[in-house]
Amino acid sequence: MDAGKNTDNAVDMRVNIAGVEWKNPVTTASGTFGSGAEFCEFADLNKLGAVTTKGVANIPWAGNPTPRIAETYGGMMNAVGLQNPGIDLFCERDISFLRQYDTKIIVNVCGKSEKDYCEVVERLSQEDVDMLEINISCPNVKEGGIAFGQDPKAAEGITKAVKRYAKQPVIMKLSPNVTSIPEMAKAVEAGGADAVSLINTLTGMKIDIHRRQFVLANKTGGVSGPAIHPIAVRMVYEAAHAVKVPVIGMGGIANAEDAVEMILAGADAVSVGTANFHNPAVTMEIVEGIKKYMQQYGFAKISDMVGIVD
Amino acid sequence: MADRKKETVKVISQECLAEGIFSMWIETEAAVSAVPGQFISMYTKDAGKLLPRPISICETDRENKRLRVVYRVTGENTGTKQFSAMKAGDTLDIIGPLGNGFPLERARGRRALLIGGGVGVPPILELAKQADCAGKQIVIGYRDRDTFLREEFKRNGQLYLSTEDGSVGTKGNVMDVIRSTGLTADIIYACGPAPMLRAIKEFAGESNIECYLSLEERMACGIGACLGCVCRSKEKDSHSNVNNKRVCKDGPVFLATEVEI
Repeated sequence: MDAGKNTDNAVDMRVNIAGVEWKNPVTTASGTFGSGAEFCEFADLNKLGAVTTKGVANIPWAGNPTPRIAETYGGMMNAVGLQNPGIDLFCERDISFLRQYDTKIIVNVCGKSEKDYCEVVERLSQEDVDMLEINISCPNVKEGGIAFGQDPKAAEGITKAVKRYAKQPVIMKLSPNVTSIPEMAKAVEAGGADAVSLINTLTGMKIDIHRRQFVLANKTGGVSGPAIHPIAVRMVYEAAHAVKVPVIGMGGIANAEDAVEMILAGADAVSVGTANFHNPAVTMEIVEGIKKYMQQYGFAKISDMVGIVD
Repeated sequence: MADRKKETVKVISQECLAEGIFSMWIETEAAVSAVPGQFISMYTKDAGKLLPRPISICETDRENKRLRVVYRVTGENTGTKQFSAMKAGDTLDIIGPLGNGFPLERARGRRALLIGGGVGVPPILELAKQADCAGKQIVIGYRDRDTFLREEFKRNGQLYLSTEDGSVGTKGNVMDVIRSTGLTADIIYACGPAPMLRAIKEFAGESNIECYLSLEERMACGIGACLGCVCRSKEKDSHSNVNNKRVCKDGPVFLATEVEI
């Protein structure tokens, strides 16, 4: 370990993810941050490495019935079902909004069929965005989404398909609801993925014992938050050992310590999700906290820390 | 501009008003701009409970930067149970004020009906204090003789009560009082459980009365980003263009004809 080497306390927080340089390794987990418009009152988007937007499809989606949200101990469940305005309004409104800020734009893409995904990716090839994240891991929609994310062949296939239309680097977002993360990571890498991100939420269920019914209208929902962090760290570690492409780690990161842990496990960058609901300024605080950690232990750059616990 | 933030506030007082109903005054900057019908996100001290509890504002004291919430403890091991154990001098984190309040200006010079039921009673108090209307009729529905805030309401308008068990006022619900007393108005403001709001919406529709309802839904972020707390709306919503307005950001107060409840 290089501890002690960086004596002048100058740290370089930049990371290079599939050819795109972020000013620091912190982005937002899709679906927890909208397109930044609501959070910009609480967090300075200029301070983030990238903003990852809420998933967008080819047409507007109304999402699932309510209740869509439930709290669980040390986390929460959601079954929003990818409500989104569709790619037209998104391009018109959200991209120009985010471009006001000095941060990279990662657009999360969702779809019900290969054609849906490709339509959005093709449309985005004309737009001023930096990276695409393909959501093949949402547990809350019946068609598409997870259907591509639980079978290695299907995951490789959808990756190949979107790569034919993509002008920006493609991040494939993986589901933890699989038997083997390394197998899924390798499959999308074989399909041409420029990076992988993980983990999406774990499928869960909550029952209201007084009403004797499911809390969520969708019955099941995706569990997120600190409760799932150790699972995410393990899976990021496994994925980082399975593929050569960059790994964006997420899952229950609530503070800088959690983010550093994810980087030490093998993540080149991190996404912060549910913690935004607990503290809308948390992303900025995590950037500062990682910097302090680097100064404390003498790391000059982020890549010196990635995957060093092996 | 990132100029808003989570605020650590001091508890000024805590009082149990009725079984399971608590009143807490806090000292907060949120009191300066809060309007009736808005809410605050309250955070527990329990690291296992991440999400804020959206609690409606019951009263504001702008001058002294104080704000009152009156809330129901929803069960054992809940966030609201923890709030109820807080004492004067304790601190907690909040974000607020959030959401859109009741459009007070619509009441000016008109006969108004201010209706609250169950846990929807508290926000009607500050509304009653501030509404500058020609005739202020306040209708409050309780479960039983635990008629919390009753004296405060009495001081701020003509009060009509209903209780489910008939122990005080008209037996039944707020619509039973309105119909049996023959109350009418030019404008209605209401907050309460969904079945009550449905009945009020129907009444307002039949009588062609302008009507504003404060809705409730499970929330995560409280600021319009997570899309957890949507309600079906007649018009396309500004966020997703799919007739799903956000209760936290586009509401919680909506024109009754605008939402399906």
